[in-house]
Amino acid sequence: MTKDYLFEIGVEEMPAHVVTRSVKQLASRTKKFLEENGLTFGEIDTYSTPRRLTVLVHDLAEKQADIDEIKKGPAKRIAQDENGNWTKAAEGFARGQGLTADDIYFEDFKGTQYAYVHVQKSGTLAKDILLGMDQVVKAMTFPTKMRWSHYDFEFIRPLHWLVSLLGSEIVPVKILDITAGRKTQGHRFLGDSVVLASADDYETALKRQFVIADAAERKAMIKKQIANLVEQHHWQVKLDPSLLEEVTNLVEYPTVFAGSFDKQYLQIPDEVLITSMKDNQRYFEVYDQDGNLINHFIAVRNGNEQYLNNVIAGNEKVLVARLDDAQFFFDEDKKYPLQHFVDRLQNVSFHDKIGSMAEKMLRTKIIGDWLGKQFGFNAETMQDFDRAADLYKFDLVTAMVGEFAELQGVMGMHYARLAGEKEDVALAIKEHYLPSSAEGDLPATKVGALLSIADKLDTIITFFGAGMIPSSSNDPYALRRSAYGIVRILLAQNWSLDFSEALPTLVSAVAGKTPAKLPKDKDSEQEIADFIRGRVKQYLQTRDYQYDVIDAVLASSQQDPQHILQAAKVLQDHHDDADFKPVVESLTRINNILAKGKFTGSTAVDAKLFSDESEQALADAVNQLQKLDATDLDQLYAGFVALQPVIDRYFKANMIMDKDLEVRHNRLAQLAAVSELADRMGDLSKLVIK
Amino acid sequence: MSDKLNIQNMIFTLEKFWASKGCMVMPSYDVEKGAGTMSPYTFLRAVGPEPWAACYMEPSRRPADGRYGENPNRLYQHHQFQVVIKPSPLDVQQYYLDSLEALGIKPLEHDIRFVEDNWENPSMGCAGVGWEVWLDGMEVSQFTYFQVVGELDVKPVMSEITYGVERLASYIQDVNSVFDLEWGHGVLYRDIFKEPEYEHSKYAFEESNQEQLLAFFDIYEKTAKRLLGMNLVHPAYDYILKCSHTFNLLDARGAVSVTERAGYLARIRNLAHEVASSFVEEREKRGFPLLKSAELKAGADND
Repeated sequence: MTKDYLFEIGVEEMPAHVVTRSVKQLASRTKKFLEENGLTFGEIDTYSTPRRLTVLVHDLAEKQADIDEIKKGPAKRIAQDENGNWTKAAEGFARGQGLTADDIYFEDFKGTQYAYVHVQKSGTLAKDILLGMDQVVKAMTFPTKMRWSHYDFEFIRPLHWLVSLLGSEIVPVKILDITAGRKTQGHRFLGDSVVLASADDYETALKRQFVIADAAERKAMIKKQIANLVEQHHWQVKLDPSLLEEVTNLVEYPTVFAGSFDKQYLQIPDEVLITSMKDNQRYFEVYDQDGNLINHFIAVRNGNEQYLNNVIAGNEKVLVARLDDAQFFFDEDKKYPLQHFVDRLQNVSFHDKIGSMAEKMLRTKIIGDWLGKQFGFNAETMQDFDRAADLYKFDLVTAMVGEFAELQGVMGMHYARLAGEKEDVALAIKEHYLPSSAEGDLPATKVGALLSIADKLDTIITFFGAGMIPSSSNDPYALRRSAYGIVRILLAQNWSLDFSEALPTLVSAVAGKTPAKLPKDKDSEQEIADFIRGRVKQYLQTRDYQYDVIDAVLASSQQDPQHILQAAKVLQDHHDDADFKPVVESLTRINNILAKGKFTGSTAVDAKLFSDESEQALADAVNQLQKLDATDLDQLYAGFVALQPVIDRYFKANMIMDKDLEVRHNRLAQLAAVSELADRMGDLSKLVIK
Repeated sequence: MSDKLNIQNMIFTLEKFWASKGCMVMPSYDVEKGAGTMSPYTFLRAVGPEPWAACYMEPSRRPADGRYGENPNRLYQHHQFQVVIKPSPLDVQQYYLDSLEALGIKPLEHDIRFVEDNWENPSMGCAGVGWEVWLDGMEVSQFTYFQVVGELDVKPVMSEITYGVERLASYIQDVNSVFDLEWGHGVLYRDIFKEPEYEHSKYAFEESNQEQLLAFFDIYEKTAKRLLGMNLVHPAYDYILKCSHTFNLLDARGAVSVTERAGYLARIRNLAHEVASSFVEEREKRGFPLLKSAELKAGADND
């Protein structure tokens, strides 16, 4: 016999962003609880609204399976002493099975007498086990928990009711002063409380009380109502999935409506309008058929159609007050030249220990100038970069960014355009914040890409210099994300940058441009280089490079992410080739011999000491490979493939550790020359060869 | 809403409503402050084990928000109606909704939402969990379950409801500018506050003397510390409020850099923590009088 089990936790309004994950958590904890208690069950359905988290367990076994089995214990000579008394071992064995020593009997097992017991236990009833559901609730975790009233118990929001029904029977789970029953609550305003006859009544009973308990159904209702409105008015709307998810979890009974605002506000930049609507008010912005933002919005009410005009009028009024503010800030900011804001950056702190934003911009410019030369920027692009670097943080002190911090960069772009700056300069101001998340969009323009790298590199150098180095668990200034951004941009732009070369130059170039200490020695520069290499690793891992390939390429002395990525690509591409194994083996064999021979000398080879033609053949082949462009790893790998039989022949014909020390040294030097080439790829001994 | 409540009738209604829920109706506290939370009737009474239930109207000064009386919604001084109850009643959220009904706001005719907004006041070492309450998309109240005040755990928990008086009144009276609100007997908000708004803004943004304010801050801080050393909790608290207001004036003037800001906030927070601790100590010396009377009352109710 099985029954369905309903468990509902009723709370005060939860934050929208925790609803979905909390009900998933409740389901997985319930599943674990039932499994641990040996109750079988079918599907678990979940229901969730801002005020409730619910699981409906289908086909739950009425009780645990009965136990009827024979258990073998210790040998008789261990179970009883010489006087026939039960030993501690025997008592322990019986107790372990929930019995006493008196239940023990002996039977022969392969010629020896052993203790046995017959364990018979009828399974515990589900309704008794389910009384422990309070432990499931108490174990739940949330991003923020709270206490309320006189309780010490912490939960996401105050707990108000519990429903716990096994079929039609109440399982009176108790938490704090609340005992679970069959009464649930309808919509806060439209509905009443409702008594459930059985677990399966839940969804329909709540629907009658204006609660759509199934979040997916609520979301579908919202989408459909929006689609209707959009069609009716010939609008377009972008259904931002996270906003849709949020509004779904802000209501129990959704009714979609549209409102509008005066067209005059459309002269404010779109991003400002969208932020006001979306982030502040949770409205969807609306576009016309050509994709232009228009003076309407779509929102979702927690209620039905009644008095909807009140709700629309109220929402319109609130939005207009916000847009009025935005208009005021926009007009105010436009009154001043950009330099007015730039000047004020001297009083804006970047970080207490590092100095002002003005100083940061100066360092970024120095860093970018040097990098731009490395990347082969022409004079005009460099000029654009310099202009952008002179301006790029100015919007931080505008009134608009003071109010809408999330618009930093975007407002800078708009204001720069209005001030007549070049488009590339304006875009770079916006793009220097990119990528704004690990895998977020990258700067599209070259100037923006350079400004972003220079700004981030300055942040990393100065924070490391000031001793604020992220630990594995603590990275409050998101330096990892900055470094990862640098790596991604370098790779996307195909820019080579050898950090072992760049860091000392850049550090000394910005010295004196900050009150902070800067990384002052090789070790601290190496620390930064390693930090960035760690992000290269992350990059490769995220893109599914095999772990052994990643280990191999990162173990080389290479400091240029571009080069490391190329090496990884080549190794990954050929990893499953038939000749990959012999090629790698021949190269790693060389490294092993060099390590054993403790060879550290020069790689200059003297042909006069050759005694076999295979020596000349290898020398010639290596010479050819040495002429390759150091960055051309595809050709290098092809060269290794061709080299492999040559190396094999070489090993067959020659004794490396020759008795003649001069010959021995010459052969080791030859191998070292090969090894040096192989190091361009990485440490090949890390590769796992099948 | 045919009978549009003027502000004073709105306040009377709220006072009567919350008095019926066991709150004492207190007067505004007579030292400048940035929020109703900073009244000793909230801040000090939040800490320690004693029960407390009070409501009061509190003028709240935010110098940086001053707009010379020219912005329809931003003010140097606005008003909050504050309700604090400890321990937080289990039905406090329903009480709040009932209070809106008492003001003529029928939930079925509107869209009322509780939107997550966890409240923090780092300068006073306070943190709480709760919501902003939306009425047709407008934030009209702040609803908080205090968890920490003056860096002390709030046990039992105090619930705090803060109604934005001008916001709510603008809604009820359906005006677009706070200056068009009727305070009472046909007298408008502008008739009372337009001039002070201008003058305070003028002072805060143009005429305040930075040197003098910095000196005030130091003197107030020293005084607060001296009084704390003598266990004179309430006068010490008054001087902490003065520190906080003086800081706000400096801030409005743009006289505080980002770096210094953190320093000033830390100085106020330290004082707030000390005064909260001292308050609990002093109440303990007196045997937590309100705890006793609550127990007596509970005992009498049971008899």
